[in-house]
Amino acid sequence: MSHPSSPADNIGTAASVLRLDDLCIRFGQTAVVKHLCLEVRRGECLAIVGESGSGKSVSLLASLGLLPGHAHVTGQREFTRPDGKTLDLAALTPRQWQRVRGGQIGFVFQEPMTSLNPLMRVGEQISESLRLQQGLRGNAARQRVLELLCQVQLPRPDELIDAWPHQLSGGQRQRVMIAMAMANQPPLLIADEPTTALDVTVQQEILQLLDRLRRDQGMAMVLISHDLNLVRRHADRVIVMRDGECIEQGRVNEVFDAPQADYTRQLLAAEPEGLASDLSTEDAATPVLTARKLEVRFTRSRKLFQKRPADFVAVHPLDLTLARGETLGVVGESGSGKTTLALALLKLQAAKGEIHLENERIDMLDRNALRLRRRQMQIVFQDPYGSLSPRMPVADIISEGLRFHHPTLSEDEVHQRVAQVLEEVELPSACADRYPHEFSGGQRQRIALARALILEPRLLVLDEPTSALDRSVQKQLIALLRELQARRGLSYLFISHDLAVVRALSHRVMVLREGRLVETGTTAEVLGNPREDYTRALIQAAGLG
Amino acid sequence: MRHETTVHETSVHETKLHETPAQDVSDESQQPLQRPRTSRLSPITRRRMAAFRDNRRAWWSLLIFGVLFVLSLGAELIANDRPLLVEYQGETYLPMLHEYPETTFGGFLPTATDYRDPYVIEAIEAQGFMLNTLIPYSYDTLDLNLGSPAPSAPNGRHWLGTDDQGRDVLARVIYGFRLSVIFALVLTAGSLVLGVVIGGLQGYFGGKVDLIGQRLIEVWSGLPVLFLLIILASIVEPNLWWLTGIMMLFSWLGIVDIVRAEFLRARNLEYVRAARAMGLPSRLIMWRHVLPNAMVATLTFIPFLFTGAITTLTALDFLGFGLPAGSPSLGELVAQGKNNLQAPWLGMTAFLSLGIMLTLLVFIGEGLRDAFDPRHISAREQNA
Repeated sequence: MSHPSSPADNIGTAASVLRLDDLCIRFGQTAVVKHLCLEVRRGECLAIVGESGSGKSVSLLASLGLLPGHAHVTGQREFTRPDGKTLDLAALTPRQWQRVRGGQIGFVFQEPMTSLNPLMRVGEQISESLRLQQGLRGNAARQRVLELLCQVQLPRPDELIDAWPHQLSGGQRQRVMIAMAMANQPPLLIADEPTTALDVTVQQEILQLLDRLRRDQGMAMVLISHDLNLVRRHADRVIVMRDGECIEQGRVNEVFDAPQADYTRQLLAAEPEGLASDLSTEDAATPVLTARKLEVRFTRSRKLFQKRPADFVAVHPLDLTLARGETLGVVGESGSGKTTLALALLKLQAAKGEIHLENERIDMLDRNALRLRRRQMQIVFQDPYGSLSPRMPVADIISEGLRFHHPTLSEDEVHQRVAQVLEEVELPSACADRYPHEFSGGQRQRIALARALILEPRLLVLDEPTSALDRSVQKQLIALLRELQARRGLSYLFISHDLAVVRALSHRVMVLREGRLVETGTTAEVLGNPREDYTRALIQAAGLG
Repeated sequence: MRHETTVHETSVHETKLHETPAQDVSDESQQPLQRPRTSRLSPITRRRMAAFRDNRRAWWSLLIFGVLFVLSLGAELIANDRPLLVEYQGETYLPMLHEYPETTFGGFLPTATDYRDPYVIEAIEAQGFMLNTLIPYSYDTLDLNLGSPAPSAPNGRHWLGTDDQGRDVLARVIYGFRLSVIFALVLTAGSLVLGVVIGGLQGYFGGKVDLIGQRLIEVWSGLPVLFLLIILASIVEPNLWWLTGIMMLFSWLGIVDIVRAEFLRARNLEYVRAARAMGLPSRLIMWRHVLPNAMVATLTFIPFLFTGAITTLTALDFLGFGLPAGSPSLGELVAQGKNNLQAPWLGMTAFLSLGIMLTLLVFIGEGLRDAFDPRHISAREQNA
């Protein structure tokens, strides 16, 4: 659909707040947004969904004039103030912009960890815009900040108003960001993936907070997200974008229940589905990895003249077995010790307890002996951009471990194996000579998978391999992982915070919270009939319940 | 916003890529398909080289400096008191390779021939010829036939005049340039190796190694270098190698900080972890995965280390704690210029030769730094 489409007239009575007409954005020769039209009305929540790179954030940043200088923006952008005066956003002077941003339009960014100034107390950061926009100072400003912090339900507001950003958790920081955006009661709030960086249970709370604020103040909101579940629950209208074009728009339930465009259908179908295939009894009886009383402690540094504080226990003692061809899903929020557990099992992190790999105890091995066993247990990391050395061509990345563990292989044999494994992860063999930066996230994750598979491991630890990827790419990767498991009889330790993906891939599930095992059992038991409240909360927040 | 701007360039193509993995939409990735397997330069390196070459000032400075250095390496063929070739009584002599006694050319003394002696010149030219170098004086040749008292002003015989001992200034500058650059090269290379090894070990292993190493370095860097050199000068006759050795003991300290920081950062990168999970030994991980990262920051530091080394040598020579007396040194020329203000060609020559050399090096360094700066490169591409 390349022709401009007119916004569906849904909340007919309410006044328009933001109107974009035929918006086009180019960076150099690349068109990122093509002929986008949208309109947000008072009190309405408009969601923009699309995969990464579809132009959803850029178009809103452009309407705020926040794009870098080399971006080329055309099209009409209008903002209507509550008093009925309409501003042409394309013609504002820098001074006028200052009144609009913060004063009339609030913005909540994706990354709560980096969007607060670490050297300013929370209260000061919020009152800064109060001072600029409303001229509030001193006690009046402080009162208003406290009021705002109460509104966003930050615990202990009179204490946290003087806290530094690093003293707050991610969810608390995001609340502060929202308080900042709401400080001047803007008629329009733009939330750019406001919860992506947060744990699921916190996500839920933040969105409910935004919903409530919107209702109370009659504010219009634009919610940019790639998470369809979330959009379905919180938005009134939705725009589906792809490659900078508006594919479809309309009321949420209409679009979700009866999608018109193929792409929307594809997006909706991209939710991970299916279950892990059944294990044969023989496989189930053959343990590949067993851990007994595995525990990870970090000693804390002692301050001068003080007693050493108690150790921080990242993983409390727990037992674990993983059979041949089985997938064990490890679930938990950030800080629950999932990754630490995996690193400890691979002996990449010092830990107490016994670890057996195929009937051999590996926690007692010395460094050289362990190094040779490493071939049997491989890991794929979360970040497809950070896990491949940018200076090495793909063939070298994949073959590095092979050359070390099999130094007798000839150059031709190495090439042949690289080509084989590339084929296995469904990448063309021409990839071998290219460098990682030429690939997309999903392709890079396949390269990382190939690097692990070429060593023919028995056990593969997958540390959030899908969480940096778009849903449709996730789905392909999950299918690939299932196929590899069936073909090679691999055992997976699958770490994720995403229950939908875990359900699609795991035979058994372990739920961790603050380093403790909360619940474990088969996937159907744990996710279908949870015993613990915490598990139930996770399932509900993930929208699986 | 941060998210969108960084991800942007790559992500535009992402969705298309999944459908047709063999095809890449971005411009830069279309050539690599035909890239010969032999090319080991990563695209980043090639882009940096192009960026350096685009900086015309740096590129020309590098060319000029390169030519000057190569020329000065053959200083003996440019400025020498022995002729390149002597033809005498039908026979050919190569005085640069062999010592010939004066008797060879019909003289009386069995000592080595002084080819600047008017008697010898006359004798040779009577029965053959001699082919002189461009400047017929070496750095230590005393011209005893100056028309005026030393230091003598520039003239056709001595293009840049002579110093207060009657030695040709141009010859001394050429040899001095060579000596400075070689000193700087050796010092830089040595401190680079030391600094990278020590900083790398500290950064990679961290913990106690790092803690103890850093404290030792702090103590070590407290030692006064100049005093050490003065004390040394009273014990041994300091030559180039002594000087290089002593300076090297301290000059690696600057590199350690950079390399250590880069190693500390890189050891937790996921691809380094992945390499560890593959079972690669630490030395391979450091060499293949961590070092290339650390070298970027280090490389940009090198030209400044280099100019620092040259200035240090000049300063030491100026103060008289440097190379032994009589060595061709720019610092000594500066000192002579200061002592003989009535002979401005000494000071001018010293100033200009040092000034030009250091300026060229700073330009090269600047170009290197910019070429390695990712922001600079992307700005360049946007302008293009």
